[in-house]
Amino acid sequence: MITTSGLTKVYRSRGREVTALDGVDLHVREGEVYGVIGQSGAGKSSLIRCVNLLERPTAGTVTVAGRDLTALAGRGPRAGRELRAARSRIGMVFQHFNLLSSRTVQDNVELPLEILGRSGKERSRKALELLDLVGLADQAKAYPAQLSGGQKQRVGIARALAGDPKVLLSDEATSALDPETTRSILQLLRDLNQQLGLTVLLITHEMDVVKSVCDSAALMEQGRIVESGTVTELLATPGSELAAALFPVSGNISGDDRTVIDVTFHGEAATQPVISQLARTYNIDISILGAAIDTVAGKQIGRMRVELPGRYEDNVVPIGFLREQGLQIDVLGREQEPALVKEGAVE
Amino acid sequence: MTWSEMQPLLEQACWDTLYMVGWSTLIAVVGGLPLGVLLVLTDRGELLQNVVANKVIGQVVNVTRSLPFIILMVALMTFTRWITGTTIGREAAIVPLAIGAIPFFARLVETSVREVDHGLVEAVQAMGGNTWTIVRKVLVPESLPSLISGTTTTIVALIGYSAMAGTVGAGGLGDIAIRYGYQRFETELMWITVAILAVVISLIQFAGDYAARGLHRRSGRSGPAPKLRLLKVREPATADTGKAA
Repeated sequence: MITTSGLTKVYRSRGREVTALDGVDLHVREGEVYGVIGQSGAGKSSLIRCVNLLERPTAGTVTVAGRDLTALAGRGPRAGRELRAARSRIGMVFQHFNLLSSRTVQDNVELPLEILGRSGKERSRKALELLDLVGLADQAKAYPAQLSGGQKQRVGIARALAGDPKVLLSDEATSALDPETTRSILQLLRDLNQQLGLTVLLITHEMDVVKSVCDSAALMEQGRIVESGTVTELLATPGSELAAALFPVSGNISGDDRTVIDVTFHGEAATQPVISQLARTYNIDISILGAAIDTVAGKQIGRMRVELPGRYEDNVVPIGFLREQGLQIDVLGREQEPALVKEGAVE
Repeated sequence: MTWSEMQPLLEQACWDTLYMVGWSTLIAVVGGLPLGVLLVLTDRGELLQNVVANKVIGQVVNVTRSLPFIILMVALMTFTRWITGTTIGREAAIVPLAIGAIPFFARLVETSVREVDHGLVEAVQAMGGNTWTIVRKVLVPESLPSLISGTTTTIVALIGYSAMAGTVGAGGLGDIAIRYGYQRFETELMWITVAILAVVISLIQFAGDYAARGLHRRSGRSGPAPKLRLLKVREPATADTGKAA
């Protein structure tokens, strides 16, 4: 649905050059929620603004719903008719909501429809329908200043949906909200994604956002995508930074001659009593340093950090046993197998 | 001078002032608003970035503003005659008043429009809006309270300038104060004129502030509601700001 290839953005100011995007290849499938996570300054904002060409990429192409937007852009800083038409089919929500304070909630939602040249009757019907969808039908005549942050973002979402977009871009939509409100907004995005088949590309610096709504995720660092894939794939990738951040377990090694391993349980394996089987079969004492169970991307997943006596060399057999049970094992403090290097990682 | 002598003079002067200031304000707003918006839009990094146009408009505005009004009036005489067919009287005074006020108002518009959050512009761009849509639906409506304050300031400044319009025989309150009060030592008449001017300016300022603050309050961007004890105003149904959680 959204594909960028070799996307590069260089800002020039007073002879200095700052590379915000450095050859970003992103592929968002139709109907999925795709999260791009990174710290501030990683280039997330530039990336999302390049998708609807609010920022002109220095190089590379952006394709949304099969149309190459970079080709529509034309010359000069102003957006031509075709690009504007393409933008009207891409919804966007913002961190600071960006609602017009001089208009009522309903008039804010009608704004994109005014731009599309719809009639007054149609505009108001559509706006009320959308406000109902986001649960704000009773606030249609209120002004944005009278709403709470979460309500404002709901209006922002209703507005973004006014042009019946296939794609929704979310620029840190929950970063200005408290955790409770964040959850309800994310739930709304998830519902819209499922009900309307909306493809959502969101950028965030909060791991919880990725964890609760995203089907796929990418990690950005210094203008590059360092890791990407579906959340399930990422969690199954040993050594994945995203997986570790999505689902952290804690606990420290207690001595030199010990081996600490992280055991990740997916689906079927989560129901097997593997740890006690391991203890009985090999007659070893296992101490559990930390464990957690969570739902990531709608799937239940468990992770446990356990300590086995003896060095890694002494534990090859028990670890092999665990792998045979279909568990994912990460041995702490050891280099990862080369077959599982991170995608696109550069040193 | 008795009151019966003063009354018709003052009445005429009030109308003359109102007439001159009214028309010149109208022209100043019509001319200054687009000019001010252009000053913002042509600036570096803005929607219609055009450094040359920006510099030219900026310089024209600066030069016009730096001319003392009386000099401007004389300098514009040919132009005034071309427009109104005369260089004396009320109509002739409106031309230099309006020309002097356009750049003044344009600078005020520029300041107001610059304060509009860039995020709003971005949001409308993302909806597929063009520059004209952005001006019409974002820049002007969002800066409206501030534009109204700017208009008030312009009206008050024009009342001040209109005192000099007496030099081209346009009359007005300021002209009465100078000719009768100052030049003929009719101190009483001068004080009455000054008092009328003070009242007029206070009323205009009050009305302007009230309108601007009313809009502000509606959109919840500023603190307390304007205090009005003389008139009982019904609270708009939407003004329950306390509800915001």
